[in-house]
Amino acid sequence: MVFRFDSMARATFALLTALLCVGGELIVLGLDYLGIATVLMMTIEMAIMAVFMIMFMMNPAGLMPMTMIHNKRGAAVICALSFALLVVGILLAPWPRRQGRAPADPTMDLGMSLMGPQMLTMLTLGMALFATIVATVVLATRRGRYDRFGDGLQDAPPADPVRGGLGR
Amino acid sequence: MVDPAPLWAVAVLPAVLVLAAWATATVDARSTGPGREVLRLLVQQRRITRAADIPLVRLGTTLLPVAAVLAAAVLPFGFRSVSDLPDGIVWFNAMEALAWAAVWLTGWGPNSTLSLIGGYRFLAQGLAYELPHMLAITTAALGAESLRVGAVVDAQSGLWFAVWMPVAFGIYLLSALAMAFWGPFDQPAGVDAAGGAAGELSGVDRLLFLGGRWLLLVVAAAFAVPLFLGGGHGPLLPGWAWTVLKTAAVLGFLLWARRRVPTLRMERYMELAWVVLTPIAVAQALVVAVVVLAR
Repeated sequence: MVFRFDSMARATFALLTALLCVGGELIVLGLDYLGIATVLMMTIEMAIMAVFMIMFMMNPAGLMPMTMIHNKRGAAVICALSFALLVVGILLAPWPRRQGRAPADPTMDLGMSLMGPQMLTMLTLGMALFATIVATVVLATRRGRYDRFGDGLQDAPPADPVRGGLGR
Repeated sequence: MVDPAPLWAVAVLPAVLVLAAWATATVDARSTGPGREVLRLLVQQRRITRAADIPLVRLGTTLLPVAAVLAAAVLPFGFRSVSDLPDGIVWFNAMEALAWAAVWLTGWGPNSTLSLIGGYRFLAQGLAYELPHMLAITTAALGAESLRVGAVVDAQSGLWFAVWMPVAFGIYLLSALAMAFWGPFDQPAGVDAAGGAAGELSGVDRLLFLGGRWLLLVVAAAFAVPLFLGGGHGPLLPGWAWTVLKTAAVLGFLLWARRRVPTLRMERYMELAWVVLTPIAVAQALVVAVVVLAR
């Protein structure tokens, strides 16, 4: 699709379609919760990402034809080759037979096997990522509290170009 | 326990939703209803703007009613739903998130400034309402200790969740309006932007988009019944009658609210949502969690 589409909006929603298919695959695997949560998160994420992709690209309107890729021919060859390799791998690999029966709640088992022994690591990682997001936003924001409330933080109400809804 | 409905319910569900949306629109119009407008749109020729991205417009306008109907699949009518998924609440939320994509696509596609503004307004509105909304429906799931809509209904055979989770219920009603970008949250399709996301639509496209918005409103209002108002539980009458009555009451309240409250500017609601609604929704979830743990 990236080779066919010349607008950022179409490419974004082609990517969303692919991600929705991933959610569908998860549901087929019996991981209902993860599949539906993937659909939910990816839809919102791609909707927000469309804003940023269009905001930061060279052609903001995105309706003029433009190419998304460099080295079109090389990229096409690499794509075709890796697709063929994967298909051959799927067809030729000796897949093992199912042993035992599927658990009652595969999502729970998957979570335990992924996270069980490393829960502390995961929690620490989550907090570190969250702190990074907050720090990035604080550093990137143009107007900090000193701009809003003055050097001594004494001005009330703050000098905002657009007032919020609470009259602060 | 919510039983699965027979297979023909899949075919009947969209028709029932359309009827309910039609009735709501008729009551809201306080006159003959939308019949003449629907006929006019059906025969109207499509207007196509210059350099429009037509597939995206078609996709957006179709996706909106489709998402509403898919969300209604987990909606119990009395004690029967088309599919009582084990993660029905997440399913509902995922389908309503598709409306984000639909409205943005509809705004983007026609290559027109005002409709683009409408589409982006809906994204801003989505960011404002989604977080308190998610916390509110999570609170209901927490009270029932299950993501299955049937289990949430079962948990309310005694006390309705609206009684002991009033904050979550209120936030849900607000976000139901915002989800359908209707009433005080109609800025994405607002008259100040000449119809916003719907501004360039005509003919069948317009019918699908605006009809889909009514469907979304009905589904959002109807989902408040199993989540907070006890579903089909009630004395004397059968379950389906209680569902219809309660849904009508919620819709009536939303229609009333539309007439009482003027359109809100999105940046104002954004601040309210993040500074007030999200913290009180978290506090409500905390209270419910403590009650559930102590039970």
